[in-house]
Amino acid sequence: MARITAGVGVSHVPAIGVAMDTGHTEDDYYKPVFAGFEKSREWIKQNNPDVVFLVYNDHCTAFSAEMIPTFALGCAAEFQPADEGWGPRPVPVVKGHQKLASHIAQSVILDEFDLTIMNAMEVDHGLTVPLSVMFGQPDEWPCLVVPLCVNVVQYPPPTGNRCYQLGKAIRRAIDSFEEDLNVVIFGTGGMSHQLQYKRAGLINADWDIDFLDRLTSDPVGLSQKPHVDYLREAGSEGIELVMWHVMRGALDDEVVEVHRHYHVPASNTAVGHIILENKT
Amino acid sequence: MSTEEKSAKNATKEYEDIPGTYVFDADRSRQGYHLNMFCISLRLAENRAAFRADEPGYLDQYPMTAEQRQSVLDRDWNEMLRLGGNIYYTSKLAANDGVNFQELAAKMTGMTSEDYRAMMVAGGRSVEGNRYASEWEGKE
Repeated sequence: MARITAGVGVSHVPAIGVAMDTGHTEDDYYKPVFAGFEKSREWIKQNNPDVVFLVYNDHCTAFSAEMIPTFALGCAAEFQPADEGWGPRPVPVVKGHQKLASHIAQSVILDEFDLTIMNAMEVDHGLTVPLSVMFGQPDEWPCLVVPLCVNVVQYPPPTGNRCYQLGKAIRRAIDSFEEDLNVVIFGTGGMSHQLQYKRAGLINADWDIDFLDRLTSDPVGLSQKPHVDYLREAGSEGIELVMWHVMRGALDDEVVEVHRHYHVPASNTAVGHIILENKT
Repeated sequence: MSTEEKSAKNATKEYEDIPGTYVFDADRSRQGYHLNMFCISLRLAENRAAFRADEPGYLDQYPMTAEQRQSVLDRDWNEMLRLGGNIYYTSKLAANDGVNFQELAAKMTGMTSEDYRAMMVAGGRSVEGNRYASEWEGKE
């Protein structure tokens, strides 16, 4: 049977992808950003997932203002890296696990989460940067990916509670898939940052650290945090962090934190990263 | 909280008193629709080329307001946001101009790129004094 063994929380700052694509990871500015992922790359090599279930958001790339699905599940055979306005990232095509994705759609929708099904979708830095920081620069990604795209661009995004409960439904779906698969779930985005208007550049390290702590100590309480707290305390774009609750909801109630990395800044953003393992 | 109380609470925009911030909600999305659709068109290289060749002519395809159109031609980034633009859309226009996200952020805050970058390296803009519009009174 398929099983979720671990969860990864990770920022998806576009500048991190640019630094990797243009060979600037050893610069003084980026060195501390990437140093914190060295252990993560070792860890994921050991864990060796068959599938990454990757929760991310599109940044007005695949979805224009015409269509804004709250939860969109990637069911295609493959997902091309998108041109976001400066050419597509030079990274491998992302290959899906279509049978697993279809199974999750069937299970989760009957579990009363009304997903949008995507049979064709380009993916932007929100999805490819987490793969890059975790897997480096291989010729092909070493595992299949099932993308879940969450609207966090137009307010309101789904509530933290809704995301957490969806994570639980995804867990039930994966647990009931008959193929023997090791699945790792990624929640991406954040941490505190504001990209717009006069308050741009806001960072709240204390708030971020508390968020990281409570993923282990108080995940249910954390999922109840109201949206206005994210906006006010972690910046207007910090609300991306609701996506981490999907990841957390899909794990056991009790988890072990095996790695953490926090660094300010990468471009406009606080970089946060955590690896949580199920005890079972 | 009753269902009715919850609905009433959801309808209030509790985030309107955050200073220096436009929360891109459904009202702003409606207001900025054509502006944002113009911006996202610049995602594709052929559209970027057409826009560069004739900015006013290219903008004619998008029925935005005169104010929105002028803010694009002026590259008035904050005005675009005020008129319903969203940063992920306006950043496509910035990318077309060769302005990266950090430079764009600096422009919106009125800082030089060097000062903004230095602020970020020093830990970013503190949340202290920046939570409520009342804290900014007399400072702007």
